[in-house]
Amino acid sequence: MSVRVFVPGDSTACALGADQVAAALVEQARSRGLDIDLVRNGSRGLFWLEPLIEVETTAGRVAYGPVSVADVAELFDRDLLAGGEHPLALGPTEQIPYLQQQTRVNFARAGVIDPLNIDDYRRTGGFAGLDRALALSGQEIVAAIKTSGLRGRGGAAFPAGIKWQTVLDTAADQKYIVCNADEGDSGTFADRLLLEADPLQLVEGMTIAGLAVGATRGYIYVRSEYPRAFAVLRAAIALAREDGYLGPDVCGSGRAFELEARLGAGAYICGEETSLLESLEGRRGLVRAKPPLPAIQGLFGKPTVVNNVLTLASVAAILARGADWYRALGCGRSLGTLPMQLAGNIKHGGVVELPFGMSLRALIEDFGGGTASGRPVRAVQVGGPLGAYLSADELDLPLDYEAFAAQRAMLGHGGVVVFDDSVDMAEQARFAMEFCVAESCGKCTPCRIGSVRGVEVIDRIRADTQRADNLLLLKELCDTMEYGSLCAMGGLTPMPVRSAVEKFPEDFGA
Amino acid sequence: MDADTADTRVAGVLDRLRHLPGALLPILHEIQHELGHVPAAAVPAIAAALNLSRAEVHGVISFYHHFRIAPAGAHVVQLCRAEACQAVGARALEAHVKQRLGIEFGATTADGKFTLEPVYCLGNCACGPSVQVDDQLHARVSPQAFDNLLAKLGVNS
Repeated sequence: MSVRVFVPGDSTACALGADQVAAALVEQARSRGLDIDLVRNGSRGLFWLEPLIEVETTAGRVAYGPVSVADVAELFDRDLLAGGEHPLALGPTEQIPYLQQQTRVNFARAGVIDPLNIDDYRRTGGFAGLDRALALSGQEIVAAIKTSGLRGRGGAAFPAGIKWQTVLDTAADQKYIVCNADEGDSGTFADRLLLEADPLQLVEGMTIAGLAVGATRGYIYVRSEYPRAFAVLRAAIALAREDGYLGPDVCGSGRAFELEARLGAGAYICGEETSLLESLEGRRGLVRAKPPLPAIQGLFGKPTVVNNVLTLASVAAILARGADWYRALGCGRSLGTLPMQLAGNIKHGGVVELPFGMSLRALIEDFGGGTASGRPVRAVQVGGPLGAYLSADELDLPLDYEAFAAQRAMLGHGGVVVFDDSVDMAEQARFAMEFCVAESCGKCTPCRIGSVRGVEVIDRIRADTQRADNLLLLKELCDTMEYGSLCAMGGLTPMPVRSAVEKFPEDFGA
Repeated sequence: MDADTADTRVAGVLDRLRHLPGALLPILHEIQHELGHVPAAAVPAIAAALNLSRAEVHGVISFYHHFRIAPAGAHVVQLCRAEACQAVGARALEAHVKQRLGIEFGATTADGKFTLEPVYCLGNCACGPSVQVDDQLHARVSPQAFDNLLAKLGVNS
């Protein structure tokens, strides 16, 4: 009887050699006359252990990692297919502390199933939310999302149920659901992992959203830097259509929902929702003024729900398990779970999904194991390139939208980038401006030109040219960008700059 | 490829995709996929098919970093410049790569073998520095690891 062996087909796992490991496993098994059934699962998100391979034994799935091609023969020598002992053995996968201590909702299936096996998805509770939704009215679904307390996971944390209510209440001949999968923030990869490891969850969530607000078409805008995620998602959509979960008659309900994945083209600004809509319509990704809100006049001028991947994926679990179950997780007004992403100079990088409320320090130290370099943590940037830098003594901050906002920081999409004490914060501040130069859509002058001037001013400060005057100028420039830009690109670029200047004045010559 | 073949292929793409709502980006992607770039000569045909001005089509091509109007080198090297990779040595790697290839970002080597491009995040932020060569992503790329990649592509130090 063949033994199932799992090797992730995930981008990071493959960047670390998973394809070669998979080929070596097949080759070794063949040469030894052993029968294996190789499954390319998604990753569990424990990226520091990739390639992490798993073997299905009589005692459940056991893990080995990180495995290189050179280890494969020896693993077979030590009875890999029976879960044999080996220095790379990690024991039962579910009991790896990093995984065991998480509360996985969005990522419950990640790495467990073959992402393109619809039976796997159903067997692990998939489409239970859609079944429930099909028996409810649109208003009842929207009410459940409101009760759950779900807030937008893209960064702005706007209550999803309120947005949906607006779309539901706006009469139109056509409405749309748009998923923002333009995950451009450095230090974030949760959307990518979900698209590659459990894409059907997103398909299900979007279908439920369509039923809720009366939308019959959905688009998923995936960034072009994620070719693998795009390919898996497209295949998943085709599977769902084949099995009747998408199309003119969703699950025999007589209701229609069509879904299409579209590729971005390397513009960070298209993660901003109005710019994304422009891009989907086939134009330059220039930000639109709001109002009108996309919920009233969105894609092609029609009422549109625009939500992040994790927001829409959460909907499937909320419908399946109930709004009250979901809101019991989390704290304050930040309810449910938040998949945090540990990145940068971190020993144990990966996805850590937890109810809101854990401290940033516990996340970095207990899960992350400190820096990869072994040097002290000096700065942490949370929430992507527009998020504030925090100093090492601010890490007791709880992971909660309001607690971060009170500290003039933001949780954003949950990316945590750790820097050790070799970082030059003036260089980081300069980069924040430089990034804005490269990625500004150009609509607002403070963003388009202010960022260019910002690079120049920081260069003068670093060169010790009229330092005090230029620090004042930088402060005023940040004010102009913050108050004079339409969207978060120009409006929030000052956040990392200001935080670097205020918390690390010694790097600016103070 | 001669101009006639390119024109025929552009016409084929337009035929297949022009009916899509918001068809311009899918069309540009498909043309670049087939021809390696979006030639200036294709712009009038795209504009005509979508009832746009040539300026509008050009404006979209030039807005997005992904689209190129000239053929790239035989291999495209994309180096992540974003924060998570900076935290693990991307700046030193950038200097090394530019020195090894002898070009700056946006340029192609004289022998036409490599085009070097910056990229702001490849979603591999737990295992940087990240480099993508053609369609293959590489993790934890040290200067030495980059030299090994070059060696595999037939470039010796």
